[in-house]
Amino acid sequence: MTNDWQTIKDLGYLISIVLFIIGLKRLSHPETAKKGNLIAAAGMGLAILIALFIPMEGANNNYLWIAAGIVVGAVIGLVAAKKVLMTKMPEMVSLFNGLGGACSMLIAFVELYNMDANASLASGQGVTTLFALFIGSISFTGSIVAWGKLDGFLRDSLVLPAPQIINLVLLVGILALNVYVAFLPSLDFSFIIALLVLSLIYGVTFVTPIGGGDMPVVISLLNSFTGLGAAGAGLIYGNMVMVTGGILVGASGTILTVLMCQAMNRSLLNVVIGGFGAAGTASGTSREQVVKEAAANDLAIQLKYAQRVMIVPGYGMAVAQAQHSVHELEKFLESEGVEVKYAIHPVAGRMPGHMNVLLAEADVDYPKLMELEDANKEMEQTDMVLVIGANDVVNPAAKEDSSSPIFGMPILDVENAKAVTVLKRSMSAGYAGIQNQLFFGERTKMLFGDAKSSINKLIEEVGTV
Amino acid sequence: MLIEFLKENLLMIYLLTFAVFLGMEIISKVPTVLHTPLMSGANAVSGVVIIGGIILIRQAAPNDYLVLFLGFLGIALATINVMGGFAVTDRMLDMFKKKKK
Repeated sequence: MTNDWQTIKDLGYLISIVLFIIGLKRLSHPETAKKGNLIAAAGMGLAILIALFIPMEGANNNYLWIAAGIVVGAVIGLVAAKKVLMTKMPEMVSLFNGLGGACSMLIAFVELYNMDANASLASGQGVTTLFALFIGSISFTGSIVAWGKLDGFLRDSLVLPAPQIINLVLLVGILALNVYVAFLPSLDFSFIIALLVLSLIYGVTFVTPIGGGDMPVVISLLNSFTGLGAAGAGLIYGNMVMVTGGILVGASGTILTVLMCQAMNRSLLNVVIGGFGAAGTASGTSREQVVKEAAANDLAIQLKYAQRVMIVPGYGMAVAQAQHSVHELEKFLESEGVEVKYAIHPVAGRMPGHMNVLLAEADVDYPKLMELEDANKEMEQTDMVLVIGANDVVNPAAKEDSSSPIFGMPILDVENAKAVTVLKRSMSAGYAGIQNQLFFGERTKMLFGDAKSSINKLIEEVGTV
Repeated sequence: MLIEFLKENLLMIYLLTFAVFLGMEIISKVPTVLHTPLMSGANAVSGVVIIGGIILIRQAAPNDYLVLFLGFLGIALATINVMGGFAVTDRMLDMFKKKKK
């Protein structure tokens, strides 16, 4: 009888895995994405039901504890998902990700705690448990730090002295301790505590030096860590759905990470050991330069009589929640016969596709969004480019200054347009911490202020012209 | 010892290898627009670690309160990851839907 249940369980998990795969596949196509998400969710629901109710030999079940955990988690998760602003999405994903990592960590910790004190960890079981503990902890604290940095309560300027050396020493130390613990003849739990603490610290020191435009890459990398953590925890129980689901996420997260690095023309290693923000100050000229300030009513006239306008949104638009106002301005100009398009840089904002999500929220027509290469082709025929809260993605230093930390990253060539207006809060440097020569360009004017109020003022002015 | 380990887990190693390739194939053809929803959806799938929490508690002794509490915590955190992840992805994708009409 137990064997029959075993078979039913394994088949059920297989169905879950297939649903995950179909779900992820559909999630990669715009038309089927919504269904794909639901299919993956159904796969998860099925897996949870199987794990809950298929009889287990010698199990005490303790359903009350499980139900309590699920209810608490579901309420918090659903409320958070419903309440979160679309602009805060990257932070949310990062936080959720950290919690998944924390679960792997807890499972591994308890399994080690439960292990026979005389057992050696030099076995498949022992090594995977140590792995799950290590990777889950990094994913947990790393994601929390990434969340804090994106949310702004942890500053980018918060740097460790010689972060690369600290990280290297910590990593080597943790690995060495892991090997040592694995070959101990009997398990000494104080070592496990030490490993846990060191891994948690490593998660913090691993992410702390990374900043700037590299943040999305880190979140994606941590996402794949969480997948690996889940797979590691799955190996402890020989559980197929955990192993396969975890590996799927681990592999796809890695690919996504590499894709993002390619979009910025950086190698993953460079991102991880780079310390983007710190290197930024070395380049750029410090001589006094003047910027030309734009007046809202002049700009309004220019916009109204332009034929083609290109909008380049960035994180500043997200922070100011200006996407609805931008859409309003776009509609207004279109009604005046101006052709308005959006140029979306692949890493604009804090996550790939961040801008697309925001503009979709504001009901902007999908065909109006142009990808980098297409947008650059049309740049020369564009009468006015409005850069709204974007900086690094339009910085010509990426093409001209080989000492710049963003050198080699493809950018939007807005300086080729007939005129450029940059809407920005102040002259402060972008997220990457470097100065932007575009602002001093001949055809560039600056409109200072909060993106939303600037746009609203523009709409007003365009209406009265 | 290594050979022994490989022998016992050969099927699992096969599975791991194929899953790695499958994961890479699935994602290599994604338009940038969908990167954020996809990352969020994949993130929800990684909450599958909740299964481990469930197994852990089901196997625990009913009076082992430390294990039960840690398991409870694990399940709660993973459920936030799963439920929140899928819900937030659905919300994001809703926005793409809307403007299609």
